[in-house]
Amino acid sequence: MTYDEVASISGSVGLVLFMAMFAVVLAYALWPRNKDKFDKAARAPLDEE
Amino acid sequence: MNRGGITTIGGIFTALVLVSGILLTGYAGLNGLDAVFSFHMYLMAAAAILGLLALLMGRPYKGDPAKYNYTIVKAFVIAAIFWGVAGFVVGDYIAWELAFPFLNWDLPWTNFGRLRPLHTSAVIFAFGGNILLGSSFYVAQRTNHTRLAGNVAPWFVFWGYNLFIALAGTGYLLGVTQGREYAEPEWYVDLWLTLVWVVYLLVFMGTLMKRRVSHIYVANWFYLAFIITIAVLHLVNNMAIPVSFLGIKSYSMQAGVQDAMTQWWYGHNAVGFFLTAAFLAMMYYFVPKRAQRPIYSYRLSIVHFWALIFLYMWAGPHHLHYTALPDWTQSMGMVFSVILWMPSWGGMINGLMTLSGAWDKLRTDPVLRMLVVSVAFYGMSTFEGPMMAIKAVNALSHYTDWTVGHVHSGAMGWVGMVSFGVIYCLVPWVWGRDRMYSMALVSWHFWLSTIGILLYITSMWVSGILQGLMWRAYDSLGFLEYSFVETVEAMHPFYIIRATGGLFFVLGALIMVYNVIMTVRAAPREEAISDAVLAPAE
Repeated sequence: MTYDEVASISGSVGLVLFMAMFAVVLAYALWPRNKDKFDKAARAPLDEE
Repeated sequence: MNRGGITTIGGIFTALVLVSGILLTGYAGLNGLDAVFSFHMYLMAAAAILGLLALLMGRPYKGDPAKYNYTIVKAFVIAAIFWGVAGFVVGDYIAWELAFPFLNWDLPWTNFGRLRPLHTSAVIFAFGGNILLGSSFYVAQRTNHTRLAGNVAPWFVFWGYNLFIALAGTGYLLGVTQGREYAEPEWYVDLWLTLVWVVYLLVFMGTLMKRRVSHIYVANWFYLAFIITIAVLHLVNNMAIPVSFLGIKSYSMQAGVQDAMTQWWYGHNAVGFFLTAAFLAMMYYFVPKRAQRPIYSYRLSIVHFWALIFLYMWAGPHHLHYTALPDWTQSMGMVFSVILWMPSWGGMINGLMTLSGAWDKLRTDPVLRMLVVSVAFYGMSTFEGPMMAIKAVNALSHYTDWTVGHVHSGAMGWVGMVSFGVIYCLVPWVWGRDRMYSMALVSWHFWLSTIGILLYITSMWVSGILQGLMWRAYDSLGFLEYSFVETVEAMHPFYIIRATGGLFFVLGALIMVYNVIMTVRAAPREEAISDAVLAPAE
């Protein structure tokens, strides 16, 4: 394999992988069922007594 | 009460490690090839002997398991304040040295080249590092409703980390450096830090694992990302072969432009994970706590956390624009630096908007004012950084004082101010006092620091752009308009303004020292004891 092939494959794989991971993060953060958990977590420093 | 000592498995293991450490460093010290190496080995041997004595004399290190471990947090806060003042003073001294070079006294130990890494390491790793380690132990305990993992291990982390700083600092003054920015200590000090850092990771992970709440609060994520990434960066950047195992000198395993790229991959991620992610962790605990408001958007904190983690890794090449680094790598570094603006501002917006509904507290609470101004400086310097990473802008800014000004708006404005705010929060909380001895003195510190930072960065903007323009000015015949020394002469007034700004910053820090001492000496409030009791599990 030449340098150009390696560069092109790793670039494409990297692009797809990073976009997919970002999509997973967005889905986790915005998933409606997680809302209550996150609303509670946002108060964690205040609710520790 | 268990008198500690070497009655536990952890205690026996620690004792064995210390004994072999004394033998190893003692041997290396006696047979050292150069004086500094022997000195450092004796220093490590002395530290190990002291550690062994503390262990054998059965100091009651085993605290009450029903309470938070605040003693370790106190130790880190004191160390942070001590190193902070030392680092600021050295920094301001070399600022005056640049304005008036006779101040180096023609001595090797006091010249700019040796004092500069002493300053950068003291403020980043000694001041910043101690407040990060201390606050991470505080936040991990409070948000996970559990006592810190380990009894001996946290103290090993404290003394081990500060021994690393002593080895690094004395090494710089005596002329030991491997010439890698923000990673100047030689191979044996790097190995020592690796050991300390692994134990730090274990203590932090152990605390998370015995948490009594289901969800791990976002501040812990930032701390964990900081600990893991710094470990990876440290190991890769410091891959070197010592010339001898009994001497200081080593050679990097990489050469040429790969070596330079590794160095700046490390260097920029030290900014990204040490000076950004970890201090964002402090922001995510102390801003909501101080303002008594929930985080503005927990969802945003998740998205900007992962975006920040993945993007920072690629921004390093912007330190090597217009060098032997391949052009595509430079462009990639530039693009990732510009995209990085988004997660950076995600954090800033989340921090600032947490104050919605509590903005009036800025008038009455100078500590909150410090925290908020630090976040504002964070936003400003993370806008300036991506802009300077653009190759066309970098052509003007690179190697000039503009870069120095940019670093200091982040370091003094963001890292410094948020650390001061956290110290002013932590001191009354862990020592069980109602409040700081004097809020008026906190206000004085705030204004002295703010004015000092503004003097610093505005003078460096003017100086840097002037310098950049003078370097690229041609006359009608195509010759350079100015000789280099003329540009140095032009810097002189700005160097004096910058050093004056630094003096303001130092004065503010000295006021903090007085205020902290008076707070600790005041009588504790009555309910202080119950404060340290663990919060109930969920």
